[in-house]
Amino acid sequence: MTTETLAKPEADKRLAHRRHATASRTKRRVGRYISRIGVIVAGLAFSFPFLWMFATSLKPTSEIFSTGASLLASRVEWSNYLTAWTAIPFGRVIINSFLVAVSGAVLTTVVSLLSAYAFARLQFRHRDKLFLVFLGTLVLPQEVLVIPLYIMMNKLDMVNSLPSLIVPFAFGAFGAFLIRQFLLSLPVEYEEAARIDGAGSIRILWSVILPLVRAPLAVVAVFSFIDYWSSFLWPLIVINDVSQATIPLGLSMFSGERGTDWGPLMAAATLAVIPSLLVVILLQRQLVKGVSMGGFGGR
Amino acid sequence: MKRTPARGGHGRLAAVYLAPGMLGFLIFIVLPLVASLVISLFDWPLFGTPKFVGLDNYVRLLTGDPVFWTVLGNTLFFAVCYTVFNLVAALAVATWLHNLGSWGPFFRVLFFIPVVTPMVANALVWRLMLTDDGVINSFLANLGIQGPSWLSDSHLAMGSLIAMSVWQGIGYNIIVLGAGLNGISPNLLEAARLDGAGAWQRFFRVVLPMLSPSLFFCTVMTIIGSFKVFTQPYLLTLGGPGDSTNTIVLYLYRNGFSFDKLGYASALAWALFVIVMLITALQFSQQKRLVNYDN
Repeated sequence: MTTETLAKPEADKRLAHRRHATASRTKRRVGRYISRIGVIVAGLAFSFPFLWMFATSLKPTSEIFSTGASLLASRVEWSNYLTAWTAIPFGRVIINSFLVAVSGAVLTTVVSLLSAYAFARLQFRHRDKLFLVFLGTLVLPQEVLVIPLYIMMNKLDMVNSLPSLIVPFAFGAFGAFLIRQFLLSLPVEYEEAARIDGAGSIRILWSVILPLVRAPLAVVAVFSFIDYWSSFLWPLIVINDVSQATIPLGLSMFSGERGTDWGPLMAAATLAVIPSLLVVILLQRQLVKGVSMGGFGGR
Repeated sequence: MKRTPARGGHGRLAAVYLAPGMLGFLIFIVLPLVASLVISLFDWPLFGTPKFVGLDNYVRLLTGDPVFWTVLGNTLFFAVCYTVFNLVAALAVATWLHNLGSWGPFFRVLFFIPVVTPMVANALVWRLMLTDDGVINSFLANLGIQGPSWLSDSHLAMGSLIAMSVWQGIGYNIIVLGAGLNGISPNLLEAARLDGAGAWQRFFRVVLPMLSPSLFFCTVMTIIGSFKVFTQPYLLTLGGPGDSTNTIVLYLYRNGFSFDKLGYASALAWALFVIVMLITALQFSQQKRLVNYDN
């Protein structure tokens, strides 16, 4: 740290800076190698639970605890996957999960787009106040609502049904907020041009707005898919028939009175994790963009 | 309110577009919120007649139920530790990855994986790893250390849940803070460097103030999330040993669906709601003081 630079002429300052830069270049390079080795170690340690999940899913039951800290057992026990598949109706559970997550994501996205468009582009009374109230529910914990929602589902005779897993959670403010923010950053001229050309409002929404908001729409769809896919408390409350269970609930049903059969359970957990991994690998850009857009939304 | 155009705005059109969203909002958010307040004034079994009891549930909550104070204390302890560890570690990792160049984005996504994988699957593998003869204690045994009972020792159980939760949730904040770091102009840091600011000085005087909007967002969201902790104690410790890892939402769940006290569970839900609201309001009231919005 040098403090005398203020008084010195500009050229001197630059020279000092360059000399400093050359001297520290090698130091910086060494630092980068250390940093890279460090991040690989940290990344491996961080991923260890997933490695352990997969490793355990391939171990014979008798060796799960006897292998200590080793990832490998004496042989690969693929039959854990078969056991997982048959211990609960796992195929059915996976289909349920996809049905719930996909239709939940579609419903959330469509509803959010319509609300976002109205809040961003249409003029009506109390618009901003209404939006503020709506937005306020972003900080409302859903857990507060589960008791009345359960009573509601019970009265409607919808307990143990997949719709009861989908419908109540498609109306949060997050999606509408994200899409609205994005819409506000787009010029209105596109829509006005279309209107002058005689397009109706449905037509404008479909052929002008929709292509423009594809990115935030994808973000909302992916995040609500993940939310539905991973949701646990609500399915635990509203579903008690394993044939209507989603994957997290199915997994939690594995541990019976006779203790936990860890090999098949980890096989099932691995199967539950794979779709999320695929989502991350295929959509990493959108995910990062989505999280950071949501992050800036906090302003 | 915005200026309305000549023909009275788009009231009717807006009603059409808003109908699904606002109807769902009223039926599945506003109505249950109000209903939960009403239910909390009743002795409400699932099958059977609800009986009006006024504020009895709240009185019992505050004066007659030691478990409530335990779960409240546990939840607060979890919230504080989880938020602090999560934010400090996320900030450190995000800064590290930011300065890592082309490797940064890959690892950022890697740290994000637990966020999007089902918490139940994550919690179950942690339970396996943390059992007395699990892999963590096997590691320790290789080092000649006798590992403790991570989940059944009442002094360690909550710590284990916090560790698992930080692992699960940290990736989200790493990405938000990473985006915040990307938003800081390199010229600003270069200027500080030329003025002779060292790395730590640059971090505390330039990076941290510029990052404060993202940090504020992360803090608010992390605290709100931490008060809802349920899956980890439910699957790892069942709230035990004793009530040492019992939390508000777990206790709410048990009252509602094991003890058939829906009214009392609703009072708990409102206690949770009020606490989260107060803390969030407090943070927003401090926002101007803590957050630097001018660029």
